[in-house]
Amino acid sequence: MQPWVVVVASAGYLGLLFAVAYYGDRRADTGRSIIDNSTVYALSLAVYATSWTYYGSVGRAATTGVGFLPIYLGPTLMLALGWLVLRKIIRISRRNRITSLADFLSARYGKSTALGGLVTVIAVIGIVPYIALQLKAVSNTFEILVRYPVIVSTTELSQPPLVQDHALYVALLLAAFTIVFGTRHLDATERHEGMVAAIAFESVVKLVAFLMVGLFVTFGLFGGLGDLVTRAAAADLRHLFTLGDDTGGYSSWLWLTVLSMLAILLLPRQWQIGVVENVDERHLTRAMWLFPLYLLAINAFVLPVALGGLIRFGSGPVDADTYVLALPMAEGQRALALLVFIGGLSAATGMIIVETIALSTMVSNSLVLPFLLRRHAVRERDLPRLVLGIRRTTIVVVLLLGYAYFRVAGETSALVSIGLVSFAAVAQFAPALLGGLFWKGGTRDGALVGLAAGFAVWLYTLLLPSFAESGWLPASFLFEGPFGLGFLRPRELFGLTGMDPISHAMFWSMLVNIGGYVGVSLARRPHPAEPGQAALFVDVKTRPTSARLWRGRASMDDLRRLLERFLGPAGAANALDAYASRLGWTQPPVEADPELVDHVETLLAGAVGTASARVLVGSVVTEERPGIDEVMEILDEASQVRAYSRELEAKSRELEAVTADLRAANERLRELDQLKDDFVSTVSHELRTPLTSIRAFSEILLDNPDLSVDDRQQFLRQVVEETERLTPLINQVLDLSKLESGRMEWEIAAVDVGDVVRGSAESARQLFAQRGATLDVHVPHALPPVLADRDRLVQVVLNLLSNAAKFTRTTAAVDVSVHDGQIRVDVRDDGPGINTADQQIIFEKFRQGEDAGGDRPQGTGLGLPISRQIVEHLGGSLWVESDPGRGSTFSFTLPMAKEERS
Amino acid sequence: MTHKVLIVDDEPNIVTSLQFLMTRRGYLTQVARDGEEALAAVESFRPDLLLLDVNMPKVDGYEVVQRLRDAGWRDLRIIMLTAKGRETEVAKGMALGADLYVTKPFSTRELVDQVAALLGSP
Repeated sequence: MQPWVVVVASAGYLGLLFAVAYYGDRRADTGRSIIDNSTVYALSLAVYATSWTYYGSVGRAATTGVGFLPIYLGPTLMLALGWLVLRKIIRISRRNRITSLADFLSARYGKSTALGGLVTVIAVIGIVPYIALQLKAVSNTFEILVRYPVIVSTTELSQPPLVQDHALYVALLLAAFTIVFGTRHLDATERHEGMVAAIAFESVVKLVAFLMVGLFVTFGLFGGLGDLVTRAAAADLRHLFTLGDDTGGYSSWLWLTVLSMLAILLLPRQWQIGVVENVDERHLTRAMWLFPLYLLAINAFVLPVALGGLIRFGSGPVDADTYVLALPMAEGQRALALLVFIGGLSAATGMIIVETIALSTMVSNSLVLPFLLRRHAVRERDLPRLVLGIRRTTIVVVLLLGYAYFRVAGETSALVSIGLVSFAAVAQFAPALLGGLFWKGGTRDGALVGLAAGFAVWLYTLLLPSFAESGWLPASFLFEGPFGLGFLRPRELFGLTGMDPISHAMFWSMLVNIGGYVGVSLARRPHPAEPGQAALFVDVKTRPTSARLWRGRASMDDLRRLLERFLGPAGAANALDAYASRLGWTQPPVEADPELVDHVETLLAGAVGTASARVLVGSVVTEERPGIDEVMEILDEASQVRAYSRELEAKSRELEAVTADLRAANERLRELDQLKDDFVSTVSHELRTPLTSIRAFSEILLDNPDLSVDDRQQFLRQVVEETERLTPLINQVLDLSKLESGRMEWEIAAVDVGDVVRGSAESARQLFAQRGATLDVHVPHALPPVLADRDRLVQVVLNLLSNAAKFTRTTAAVDVSVHDGQIRVDVRDDGPGINTADQQIIFEKFRQGEDAGGDRPQGTGLGLPISRQIVEHLGGSLWVESDPGRGSTFSFTLPMAKEERS
Repeated sequence: MTHKVLIVDDEPNIVTSLQFLMTRRGYLTQVARDGEEALAAVESFRPDLLLLDVNMPKVDGYEVVQRLRDAGWRDLRIIMLTAKGRETEVAKGMALGADLYVTKPFSTRELVDQVAALLGSP
């Protein structure tokens, strides 16, 4: 095939791509976006499928069979199951105008410049070889195609001199294309609608081309799948259908699946398409099934093509990586071969364009600009041009680096295996990213340490060994370890064997990465700027806007000028008007408040990244830039806020305690109220009962003049009896009320308890006599006196004696004795005794126990409570001991007067 | 036929007066001193009307009413007598199925009239 045919076809295809992109941009400018469409979004995500997929899957399938699958299972799982994570990232990015992965991590960890820079460096180092791989694919397939109908092995291709190497021109052409559509102007959203449209288009082209080959091989070359499989079995290719040892077993499958799950999120091009270029998060709902479907379609014929190639070419010179192209060529299908080449070109260009745009944004916003701005090396007026210049240079440099790597590495394994190695590099971002999304405790230092450690392990276990295999490092490094230190063998670190190199590297790098991230985050306090940002990211749903400590003020004019430079005069005016109308300003103020400064910073972050925007805005706020004093002030404020919040927490705990106390007190009051209520109710009941009899008998006497004298006598006697019952009741209620309210009047004097007991016993003797019982009195002579109110003391002793009189069968006794400075009085009866359960109840108001015989005694139920209160008021105590069936003893003690005791 | 009245109260003097009033009016009376006795007496004496004190030891007046109504004593007239006259207590007694709720001290004439009205005798 004539080279010019291929060149014209390629140029024609790139022209078509260009036209699609141009159309997309035009539509975007007129406000009718063609990428605001979930199908376009899902198709553009297929930038994941590069020429490595296009050619390499078949190559991999030819050697490892189904081993090529995890690379596509991972993204399928991520989209189908992990779309919530993706949606959260999209939301956060939208809200904070974040335009790259580096920017995202930098913003999450307190707008850290260092972290953004590190991420950028890792991304560039990880991705450049991957770009080289694409260039190589384009170059090789071109060389093979132009030799049609001869089919050469890639190893037979000699490297042409530089000026004749079309791979260089491909690289330069793609650089130009990328510059035109990736860096036409600066935009706060950093979206490239034309480019996305072109990517969606190329996704369709490569899919169609691959399906055509698959159909041709399966149904043209062979008699369908059944035939293919039968012949494969005959050709002893059975092992390709099993998860044998040569695919690394299940552990490899697991690690590869995890790796590609992370890659679909973390590869710079995937971030660019999936997050930055996402117009509407609702597009995810279609992408979560359409993109996996796309992957299924583009992988459906991988195994048939690989089998076809193996059967057709046997162990001949044809490279399995080129079966896709070689099979149509071998069958004389020129047009199909050309289409295949275009499809591969399509896959490679799509990857290169998006990857370089993403890298250029990262390099300019997270690496070069912060560096220049910190050094004050640029005049601010030149910045917009500078940003575009940096990006364009980055695009060219990255592509040339890719080309250079391709020239140098050539056929070595440093290039061939680079796809997964790149995946492993970007996978290092995962702990800091996922931790940052869901764990507020993750800190900048943790992220830096984890990332650096993971990256170092990656370098040591994956990149350097591939250099060693390419002969750039002595092979002994690989097999004996550096300096002959066996335990440092890069693919068997610390003696860990039995894993394939990728799984081995992932295991160690993730171990140190996650360990470093979590360990340092827990061990070190975060910087003052971090907690706010962390909350902003982790709680993205609940927090609509940011609130932070920055207290900068700037003149409106300065801010406007700053915005105009990056957004253009119209864009700046729009942005400020929108802000003004939201706050309802009629007249914009001369000086901008901190919120507006913050808002402007967010807008600028879209153009130059969060870290650079901070520096830019810092240059126009009233203080030229935060001096040490201001920084101290901010720090101070932060610690004050912390102190306040601690104080507040303490206060709120106090408040809770007080509230609990109040509640308890209130509860107690309620109980007391209830008790009082019950008391009044009981007193009323106790008064009503005798009154009922009195009224009834009186009315009977009144209404029945014909009553017999006997009846009349009896009724009158009962009236009198009830009246007598009323009098002590009323007195006792009054006593109790006085005792409880503390209004009882006490006439305290030295009292001889012996006298009181003898006198009371004399009055009570009659009560005992009525029951045919006797009362024994034992009072020692010359008792020391107590300080008491004599009348009250008589009341207590009489109460106890009259109680005893009610129960005594034959003999009761009253004893007075002296114990330990106390005078003790015991009143003992030989009655039925008191149930244990009732021994407390009898001291409660109106509560009469039942005696052990089950009867309720006569009385008000107030005598004992009153007696106890009196004794306690006089400094003593009153209690009962009873043995049911054998009588009870009521005892009280009173302290002797002081001078007597000493 | 002579109506029968069961008097239930733990205050002997009140029992004496009630017994006098009812006998005088021509009813046959019997006395119970607490709830348990009352329930037994209803079975044996089969009264037409109960003069029932609320506040009694063991089984109180409320429970007596409830148990009697639950046991199917629908036609038995019950007048509850109580020294506690709070609204809720009256409502409780009526809800449980008492026919009348009289607070102590009561007017003897009114009580006698109310008993007669409930028994349907002039």
